[in-house]
Amino acid sequence: MPIEFEVPKPLTQAQFMLKTVADEMIRPKSRYFDEHEHEIPWDYIEFMHMAMKSMGGSSLAPRENGNGKEGDGKAKRPPLGYQLIATQIESLAYGDLGFYHCLPGGGLGAAAVYAAGTPEQKAKFLARFQEDKPTFAAMCITEPGAGSDNSAIRTRAVLDEKNNEWIINGEKIFVTGGDKSFNEYEKLGRGFIVVWATLDPTAGRAGMRAFVVESGTLGVKITKLEHKLGIRCSDTAAISLVDARVPFENILGSPTIEKTTTGFKGVMATFDATRPLVAASGLGVARAALEFLKEKLNENGVQIRYGLPRQKLTSIERDVIDMEIMLKSAWLMVIKATWMADNKKPNALEASMSKVKAGDVTTKITQKVVEILGPLGYSREFLAEKWFRDAKITDIYEGTGQINRLVVARQILGYSGSELR
Amino acid sequence: MYSFDPTEEQQMLMDAVNKFAVNDLRAAAHEAEESRELPKRLINRGWELGLLQASVPEFYGGFGERSAVTGVLALEEMAFGDLAGTLAVLTPSLFATPILLAGSEEQKQEYLPKVIAGEWTPYTAALIEYAFNFDPNDLKTTAALKDNGYVLNGEKAFVPFAKDAEKILVYANLNGQTQGFIVTKEAAGLTVNDEREKLMSLNALPMYRVKLDSVKVPIVNRLGGASGHDFEPLLASMRIATASAAVGVANAAFEYSKNYAKEREVFGVKVAQKQAIAFMLAEMRTEIEAIRLLTWEAAWKLDQGHVDTYTESYLACTGAVDMAMMVTDRAVQILGGHGYIREHPVEMWMRNGRGFATFTGLAII
Repeated sequence: MPIEFEVPKPLTQAQFMLKTVADEMIRPKSRYFDEHEHEIPWDYIEFMHMAMKSMGGSSLAPRENGNGKEGDGKAKRPPLGYQLIATQIESLAYGDLGFYHCLPGGGLGAAAVYAAGTPEQKAKFLARFQEDKPTFAAMCITEPGAGSDNSAIRTRAVLDEKNNEWIINGEKIFVTGGDKSFNEYEKLGRGFIVVWATLDPTAGRAGMRAFVVESGTLGVKITKLEHKLGIRCSDTAAISLVDARVPFENILGSPTIEKTTTGFKGVMATFDATRPLVAASGLGVARAALEFLKEKLNENGVQIRYGLPRQKLTSIERDVIDMEIMLKSAWLMVIKATWMADNKKPNALEASMSKVKAGDVTTKITQKVVEILGPLGYSREFLAEKWFRDAKITDIYEGTGQINRLVVARQILGYSGSELR
Repeated sequence: MYSFDPTEEQQMLMDAVNKFAVNDLRAAAHEAEESRELPKRLINRGWELGLLQASVPEFYGGFGERSAVTGVLALEEMAFGDLAGTLAVLTPSLFATPILLAGSEEQKQEYLPKVIAGEWTPYTAALIEYAFNFDPNDLKTTAALKDNGYVLNGEKAFVPFAKDAEKILVYANLNGQTQGFIVTKEAAGLTVNDEREKLMSLNALPMYRVKLDSVKVPIVNRLGGASGHDFEPLLASMRIATASAAVGVANAAFEYSKNYAKEREVFGVKVAQKQAIAFMLAEMRTEIEAIRLLTWEAAWKLDQGHVDTYTESYLACTGAVDMAMMVTDRAVQILGGHGYIREHPVEMWMRNGRGFATFTGLAII
């Protein structure tokens, strides 16, 4: 297909529907949940679960057969899976980034199963997201001593051959949605967490594997819910695992250590798929802030005169125009990266570039908007200051801006991790 | 649907243009910039790629159809070789493309076959004016209706090949609207400066100041005929062209500095192995990609006749100006002292880079 920028219908439909959800359901509660950290927006969770079920989707990972309906006889069109998910995420984050994280479904946990699981594992662990109760899953990688450098993971998995179980010990932090994925709530289905651990600390990345740990597993405990700068209605958990026993078949990837780093690459494959999605979530916040600014400017009679040379523009006009350039171009990078994923083109470079760009753009735009709005921006009467706080996380999680720069740099220079540390 | 793959035909064209850009334009760029001479054979070879010819329908002597998307793909590739050479090769488009897009049927039949038949011939256009607040939508050069014709007054700057041009498409302010007027070389009151413009870069491209002192233009020579034309799509095409040329030059600077950084040893490693340098390169590549996509989208919208085209082309061009400055500046920085020496092309690209804020009007797709 030639170069084309026609927004596919399913994407515009999703934008239209989720705009209503954002305006009617999310925004009116946005401030409340910012001020009542760790309260759970049940109405929204239940509504979204029903809505998603009726639309036939409920996890971050696109379904295997793409968007084509079976037997509709039409020529096979390229799938829109990741492009559609990016669009949905952007639209929800436009409502509220914390609420987006409260979207029931598999999240990163399911994405890991999708990327690194066997067909049996996918069938077993992914089906639950389609059931009656909203269900969550989370990814546990970060540890107190291992953040961006996730090869430093110390959580240990040892095989108990007699019982054919893994015994996992370690401590995980910064688990997004860990509470809703692991703790048992009456209103929620049984979730799971995907725990990254090493089979052999001396084996480095080659020894790294992920394990599906079901909600309620003995020896696993949520020890803390963090208090954060923003995205306060998204829970961020610390989890301890003490002699936690997990069935043998819950390992994602091979149970034996080869001299390769395929296990580790499983994590990375997850990130190639999800980085543009995290980028999309940031851009939703940025768009919210920019639209709010334009609305306020408009109310005050300030028009943006597109087409004038810069020498004739006011400072505010220049800022708004520059922000629009950033936002539009960053969104196109997200679309390209997800389009590549949908078309099975390797997109490690594009995925990381979209995250680098979106992290920059989202923080810059929300910061600028608060600056330009002055007291209106800084006041908690409006949401601009909240978006400023929410936005910062998008340049940090799923690989900080710096880690993504490193990934991009290695790609463009053709360097390995040891050549460019 | 979104798609980011050029067609097979476009890819073949891009490969051909890239070959010319690297083997011919780039190879000659330094010497041309220093001597202020661009070898005629280079211009001819570029012309033989047939970019303009392929955008003109058969009926007017061409062999294709205009596509802004194909235009940006080709222009980026060519500008990757050398900007001055690219602008020289494409100068006849400055005259022909507006006629193709906005000319009257008579004008198309009269001029298009002439411009594209045979060898490269200097037809050109004059938009830019010598003023700090130059605004293509608010020109100081005026046109007034008088005695069944138009009278043009004012001064134009940076007019490529004005000295040799058969015809110049002069843009002037007619009752507050920018309109094009086809002016012949012999018109009374038209003076082309003897001396070429001396600019910070583009030394190889002969550009001139052009004075218009009560130059009379017949009604039929108003672009689009008596009722004139809409200037927005032309300005959009020019801005998209500026943006894609900026992407090409930025990409040249990025590739060159990247390759240099992979060769250059410091403290026992390659300088590219230092995060300070590697991160600069990562950001350069990211910004190039961002603006390239924005430019492609604007070009696609132009082809579709989309309502947003004018604004999008403005955003792409404005973004490209900053991107090109940032990337070319960093390329010089990455080469350090060597970047400052004219033997390496990065300093020239940095001079090009600053120019994109001013170059709209020197290319059109």
